Amino acid sequence: MNPVSDAGEALEFSNVTFRLPSAVALLSNLNLAVARGETLILLGRSGSGKTTTLRLINRLLEPSEGEIFIAGRAARDWNPIQLRRGIGYVIQDAGLFPHWSVERNVALVPHLENWEPERIRARVKEMLDLVGLPPADFALRKPSELSGGQRQRVGVARALAADPPILLMDEPFGALDPVTRAELQREFRSLAARLKKTIVFVTHDVREALFLGTKIALLSQGRLVNIYSPEEFLRAAEPEARAFAASLQMANGEEAR
Amino acid sequence: MSWFDFLVRNRDEVLARTVEHIGLVAAAMAIALAIGLPLGVALVRRRNLQRWVLGIANVVQTIPSLALFGFLIPVPWIGGVGASTAIVALALYALLPILRNTCTGIMGVDAAVVESARAMGMTPRQVLWQVELPLAAPVLLAGIRVATVISIGVTTIAAAIGAGGLGVFIFRGVAMVNNKVILAGAIPAALLAVFADFALGLVQRRLASR
Repeated sequence: MNPVSDAGEALEFSNVTFRLPSAVALLSNLNLAVARGETLILLGRSGSGKTTTLRLINRLLEPSEGEIFIAGRAARDWNPIQLRRGIGYVIQDAGLFPHWSVERNVALVPHLENWEPERIRARVKEMLDLVGLPPADFALRKPSELSGGQRQRVGVARALAADPPILLMDEPFGALDPVTRAELQREFRSLAARLKKTIVFVTHDVREALFLGTKIALLSQGRLVNIYSPEEFLRAAEPEARAFAASLQMANGEEAR
Repeated sequence: MSWFDFLVRNRDEVLARTVEHIGLVAAAMAIALAIGLPLGVALVRRRNLQRWVLGIANVVQTIPSLALFGFLIPVPWIGGVGASTAIVALALYALLPILRNTCTGIMGVDAAVVESARAMGMTPRQVLWQVELPLAAPVLLAGIRVATVISIGVTTIAAAIGAGGLGVFIFRGVAMVNNKVILAGAIPAALLAVFADFALGLVQRRLASR
């Protein structure tokens, strides 16, 4: 029961609609495929349906219509608990467990999967090294004893601990100061290239989208505008894409002055 | 003869009544916890029902304790004169703070933390036991602390329906118009409440500082 299989796309949305009980549609007729090893950015303004899309993948939400396929298999056929253990998840405030040490936080999924204690310990060390937090200094700290950037690193280490083939990230660097954010973005990009995970990454920051994405899916008011490569995005004709591109030029213009 | 001399001279009975008093409180708290904690957990995600149940528990709380003891006497099974009726009434009083704090404690746990727990593949039971309850523990304990202190006080009235406890001295003293006898019941009861409050406060602070 591992979401890796040789067949098909890593992830696919087929005509997916999600409605609230009040019948308001947060997402309409989404069709989207993510190839294995790709970093797909879900870009859009607040309320465009990015986070909803993400939460449909690990079944925190269930689609009202349509079907989502994970490793070629319908999401609704997966046991949600098993599915989630095979999908890493990182959110803006990291969502670390404040009553657990860094070590225990990172060990979460291996622990749930009943790994041998020795193997868990070794894996936690490896993960902390991977995200640049020396285990000797950080393993026993509580989340309250970390900076925002360090917490986010632990969040990434926790998500990667059981080596899931898919990683979901919801504005993971959104709450960080710009210098720390740039640092984490750089490190994350090289990490993503090395680990070859399928990543779905939500952001409203167009620079981040261009820097990290291999593909960019632009969402607006619950609909997919289009999917672009980073190069295509800047030359796109759609007004929603141009608005994002224009915001980028404005920022660049201010820097030049 | 001062009240203190009276206390010393009657230490055997004071001790026996104190033990009786603690027994009533402990039995009532055990029942209130056995009902209140699971019920509180069950009500967390049922907002409408929660309002109703907390409302009813609130009304129970407003019934004067002497009246509640009286009301329960004719009730079959639990009623009658004696300790069992008193324990039921005390448990009813202790229920509200336990219920309320269980609900508010769990609802107060950071939503991002609970979402992470679910998204990482914890089962609902694991989320409850490993995340929600430990993080809500200080608030839960605050409720237990309030309930215990209230119970120790209200238990003095249980003597009115023949349940025993330190209230025996108080009622006897009132009947005899003798303050020394009243104080022989009131002072140990007050000390008991202060001690319970202090001890549970210590535990609560330790949980909160984790």
